[in-house]
Amino acid sequence: MVDQTAAPEKQSKWPDIDFKTLGPAIALLILCVIGYLLNPAFLSEGNITNLLTRSAFIGIIAVGATFVITAGGIDLSVGSMAAVIAGLMIIIMNSAVDTLGTGVATVILGCGCSIILGIGAGWINGFLTTKGKIEAFIVTLGTMGIFRSLVTYFADGGTLSLNFDLRGTYRPVYYESVLGLPVPVWVFIFVAIAGWILLNRTAFGRFCTAIGSSEAVAKYSAIKVDRIKTYTYIIQGLCVALATIIYVPRLGSASGTTGVLWELEAIAAVIIGGTVLKGGYGRIGGTILGALILTTIGNILNFTDVISNYLNGTMQGLIIIVAVWLQRGSWGKNKKKTT
Amino acid sequence: MPMDDSSNKAVLLADRISKSFGEVPVLFSVNFDVQAGEVHALIGENGAGKSTLMKILGGFHAPTSGNLIYDGEETVLPPNGQAEALGIVLIHQELNLAEQMTVEENIFLGRELSRNGFLDRKEMSQKVASWLQEVGMNISPNDRISELSIAEKQMVEIVKAMSRDARVLIMDEPTAVLTDAETELFFQQVEKLKKRGVAIIFVSHKLAEVNQIADRVTILRDGQWIATKPVDELSLDSMAQMMVGRELSNLYPPKNEADVDSDIVLQVQNLVAPNVNNVSFELRKGEILGFSGLVGSGRTALFEAICGLSSIEEGQVYLDGQPVQFKNVAEARDAGVTYLTKDRKGRGLLLEKTMRPNLTLMALPKFVKNFMMDTAAEEEALKRGIRRFDIRARDPKVKVGDMSGGNQQKLLLAKIMECDPRIVIIDEPTRGIDVGTKQQIYHFIAALAADGMSVVVISSEMPEIIGVCHRVAVMREGRITGVVTGNDNNETEIVRYAAGLKEARVHG
Repeated sequence: MVDQTAAPEKQSKWPDIDFKTLGPAIALLILCVIGYLLNPAFLSEGNITNLLTRSAFIGIIAVGATFVITAGGIDLSVGSMAAVIAGLMIIIMNSAVDTLGTGVATVILGCGCSIILGIGAGWINGFLTTKGKIEAFIVTLGTMGIFRSLVTYFADGGTLSLNFDLRGTYRPVYYESVLGLPVPVWVFIFVAIAGWILLNRTAFGRFCTAIGSSEAVAKYSAIKVDRIKTYTYIIQGLCVALATIIYVPRLGSASGTTGVLWELEAIAAVIIGGTVLKGGYGRIGGTILGALILTTIGNILNFTDVISNYLNGTMQGLIIIVAVWLQRGSWGKNKKKTT
Repeated sequence: MPMDDSSNKAVLLADRISKSFGEVPVLFSVNFDVQAGEVHALIGENGAGKSTLMKILGGFHAPTSGNLIYDGEETVLPPNGQAEALGIVLIHQELNLAEQMTVEENIFLGRELSRNGFLDRKEMSQKVASWLQEVGMNISPNDRISELSIAEKQMVEIVKAMSRDARVLIMDEPTAVLTDAETELFFQQVEKLKKRGVAIIFVSHKLAEVNQIADRVTILRDGQWIATKPVDELSLDSMAQMMVGRELSNLYPPKNEADVDSDIVLQVQNLVAPNVNNVSFELRKGEILGFSGLVGSGRTALFEAICGLSSIEEGQVYLDGQPVQFKNVAEARDAGVTYLTKDRKGRGLLLEKTMRPNLTLMALPKFVKNFMMDTAAEEEALKRGIRRFDIRARDPKVKVGDMSGGNQQKLLLAKIMECDPRIVIIDEPTRGIDVGTKQQIYHFIAALAADGMSVVVISSEMPEIIGVCHRVAVMREGRITGVVTGNDNNETEIVRYAAGLKEARVHG
């Protein structure tokens, strides 16, 4: 941070900055207090672990979405992508049982394929938006439909189930703990840290922000706009693949309803976290908090009878709208002061 | 105060207006008035408070203290441009047209004519066509705004204001993006508006134009009212002097022409690209080469093609004698060739960001250490840039979009210099910038050339190109029609080439 010059400007700006960075954290804190007041078991170790584990899927995908959105894009296909990757992983692993057996090798093969599929799917989204010059919204709306129908087709309208013995081998990836934390949480933490460093501490992150702010400026500033934008979709695909790898052992199956509406939850987490939907400003930390907030709401509703669990979507929706409304308010205030 | 006797006739009068933003005062008790049928020019350096005063007069800002008197009555103008309904129209520098709509739709935006509940397109079309004809514009009411040149857009804005029966027309640097011929046409319109009794407030950095078109001139400096005088009582020099508050000698630095036998760093042969037709030229080490011509004559297109921003169809570019073809800006940058755009706000700077990320954006790979951004080095670079180019910002955390045009331009120069280029192409180096900053920028350019850098200056301002450049290439319709140097480097000669009255065979 720079602090050599003290101008009146700065004092008026501080509350905004504070609010923007701390807003999601305060919201999460308030939710936790509410949860504890409703039911002290909310803060039990078991529940916290459960909460973190469940946040991991959306959280990991949302880290990828932060890059896409910061660079001015959008990816609606992530939920369907997760489903189709899960389906293909299961098919590949099941058919590898004959040659590789039901050991770790098959699982590693499945995970490897997942990563490759994720990167490939991301690349397709990126290629079509940049070289094809089609709006990201349309491209990913298209691939969303394609991925979703593919998984239904592979499952023949039903469910793809992982070989029973393989489930036993793969199970720990979701259910085991390392140093007191479940594996998915470790993956989440790793992805979050890597994402934070990439966005805030590398030239790539700066390029994403610049492109999201103004593609024309980025182009004139020697940034390879198409390439960087494609990378953001590839990162998104990679994140979806990682999320899928920890998701598959949870149920050991995939169907046409796997990952439904994940794209909206991921985008919501990003926006609640303070990233600007039209691009140019992204916050990984905020995204993590956003994912935690969304899961926490559902979790609290499970703990109480005051509000029906069926209203989970309503609560999430309200939180999203309020969060964005608060951010707008401070943007507006900011503008009035500086122009 | 001279306005006591005129205040009866004033259509719009500002009485001891002050304005602060937060705790930062911008205007100090400024008086200003404009009468029907006069052009009142408002001049001052960047940051003098012209824009703020204009926005107060147009109702976009409320004054912190002081009164606005409209038609003799104290008025509080409605915000956000609603003052248009009262007959006060402000034409912004960034034109306010819906790009994807047609000329007709824009002119009637918000006041569409209708018959039986349906749009009366015929009637609107006819009206717009007759207005366009009146101003001598050769465009159709059905043309999309996005297809028009900036000058044409400007005229559409004026037609729009005229169609709204504006009584007070406030224009923020309307001629900044116009060529001389277009400016002439524009002034004819202003004269017509004057005859109709419209009160016109005209903000410009081009003092010669002020001298030509204005009846009275008000000078602001640092938010203070300096003087309001009839234009014939002021010379260009005295205007400039009052604006700057000091003697302005040596607007242009002395020319130190490059040796005739110094190395040729850039050679272009028979280049064909979009809007560029068979262009050849060469640039020597330490030379300042000007590119003059009308807007749209292919100057920008030529250098965008050379720098990898658009594709080269034919021809060859040699850098130090080696053939090169840059596929993108990054390759050009790595070879030491950088292009500084004329579109500061759209293509030059990230307006929502602060100075630091803007400064280092183009040379970002230089600021990477162990795959991470080296923020300390960036901070160092910012300090260097601020010192070297005299960038004056209230606070390093201020958004670049809130900085004055002059400071933005200096930041853009600093940004380009971070790439350590050997060849710099500067497109319209001083567009919309006050005299004091212009002088600084001219000296920066001269200093770069003296350091052995080769500079290309693309400019539509004739005095600037003559005052700064060693040699001037004149373009017309995508071709170089002549190169002037030495005594031939004068306005008449350049205009003859630019207008197509004269053409030399140019060998690369």
